[in-house]
Amino acid sequence: MSATDTPASLPAPSAPDATRRSPWGEVLHSLSRSGTFLTGLFILLFWVVCALFGQHFVPYDPLESDIINALTPPAADHWFGTDQLGRDVFSRVIVGSRDILTVAPLATILATIAGTALGLVIGYFRGIVDDIVSRVLEAFMAIPVVIIALLAIVALGTSKITVIVVIGLSFAPIIARTVRSAVLAERELDYVAAAKLRHEGALHTMFVEILPNVIPPILVETTVRLGYAIFAVATLSFMGFGIQPPSPDWGLSISSNYGMIGGGFWWTVLFDALAIASLVIGVNLVADGVHGAFND
Amino acid sequence: MVFLGGQVLPGNVGRAILGPFADQRAVDALNHSLGVDRPLLVQYGTWIWNFLHGDMGTSYIFRAPVAPFVIDALGNSMKLALVAFVLVVPIGILGGVIAALNLNRPLDRIISLGGLSVTVLPEFVTGIILILIFGVWLRWLPIAAAWPKGAGFFTQLYYLILPSLPLFLVLFGYIARMARSGMIEALDSDYTRTAVLKGLPWRTVIWRHVLRNALLPTITVIATQTGYLIGGLVVIETLFRYQGIGSLIFTAARGKDFPMLEAGILTIGIVYAVATLVADFLYSVLNPRIRLGREQ
Repeated sequence: MSATDTPASLPAPSAPDATRRSPWGEVLHSLSRSGTFLTGLFILLFWVVCALFGQHFVPYDPLESDIINALTPPAADHWFGTDQLGRDVFSRVIVGSRDILTVAPLATILATIAGTALGLVIGYFRGIVDDIVSRVLEAFMAIPVVIIALLAIVALGTSKITVIVVIGLSFAPIIARTVRSAVLAERELDYVAAAKLRHEGALHTMFVEILPNVIPPILVETTVRLGYAIFAVATLSFMGFGIQPPSPDWGLSISSNYGMIGGGFWWTVLFDALAIASLVIGVNLVADGVHGAFND
Repeated sequence: MVFLGGQVLPGNVGRAILGPFADQRAVDALNHSLGVDRPLLVQYGTWIWNFLHGDMGTSYIFRAPVAPFVIDALGNSMKLALVAFVLVVPIGILGGVIAALNLNRPLDRIISLGGLSVTVLPEFVTGIILILIFGVWLRWLPIAAAWPKGAGFFTQLYYLILPSLPLFLVLFGYIARMARSGMIEALDSDYTRTAVLKGLPWRTVIWRHVLRNALLPTITVIATQTGYLIGGLVVIETLFRYQGIGSLIFTAARGKDFPMLEAGILTIGIVYAVATLVADFLYSVLNPRIRLGREQ
């Protein structure tokens, strides 16, 4: 692994460690002792399990309606009550993790790939390329994601793909900026000069020599972005964009049920809201832990 | 420093103006996803010329001039944003200062972690939970921000408290975090140590030496959050059925009412640019280093 060749990519441990772990081992070790990270990971894994296997263990079919038992409050046979079509809220909340946990990570991966490539290029070439691209990226970052999404959806129509692309591309500049500043520091180091002396091509130098050494900041930025992506996906599906009925998605459920909370039907929205809250906080705890592990 | 500020700041504002406009025009009128090329700018010039003369075009849906709708909506949104800001700026700063003065003690942990948790939650999630608590269970506050016609100032304020709270929560985390880190840095600085060592009372040190320096970065953050606020308004105004600029854009986007959409987004762009300009101006007025430089 070439990342281990250059310890400069990771901050040196504050005290010399007798056991001498590799930099990545060091990170894993500090993650395994971080309460923040483990709590977040636990919450995240809980929802991942629900998304993957939820439909096998929920008591009811999340899409099956039962009009006679519509809007019953939480009770023994319906733990979280039923919604306006008599669908079991508990089953819907469990299975509702699926769409958001597909769309948000895909958007984050797209943002990471696009942002990393862009950041490597502008950080490596600098000069006029960097100036122009950086200005355009800054202009993009000034626009709220919700507004970009509204416009894109007007232009392209609503679908999960649109949401993935919109969120992916609006987060890419932020990742590009992080990668750029990491690359700016790396490109002055000797190993880059050595690669140039060997007449390695620019692409080789960027993606084979520099990329492995800027992985830590990319990893941190990606976990942070995942939190924001979940935020954005949930918001957009609440606004009626992207994930479409009859999916039991949380944001979508809230948007179809919140009109009735004035009537006291709190259970139709509260559990979905708490589910989103727990997932977002979980991912942010993971991001916090990862950030801490790389920066201690 | 004055010179530097004068050189850099107008560039920032220009970019901020260009960003939203160029993108929006491209997406709306031509379904281009990217691009700031010339023909666009020319076309855009005539439109902007009309806009500056008060002609915002005619709504496709209402078959009436757009301007009155936009102006009404902007007024409503400003009321909402103002309530949120008036609440969050002093409380956020206070929270950050208290956290910094109790660094790493339980109070700091509670403020920091609490602020971080509510900041990462989507507005509609905190909004739903707050509606349930204060609107449905306690019945203290109205759940929709639609006051009766001709309502007085205090009635309007009463209706605006609940919608402003989710915005408050998101902003609180940011502002408190900035104030906290500014305070920590100032408390740790040489001039604070000097002030303490020359025997000034602790209270004087905090007020005259620490706070002044600590709060400068916070002001910039408050201004940059205007961009966020606009995205937040779209969601909140939809949730609370409030006739503001956010719900105007949202409705226009869903109905493909392009003149309305364009006017709404241009208005937002102007507000954003003005806010950035005001913040830059405030920063240079409040920064004693710039002031001193001029006097000497």
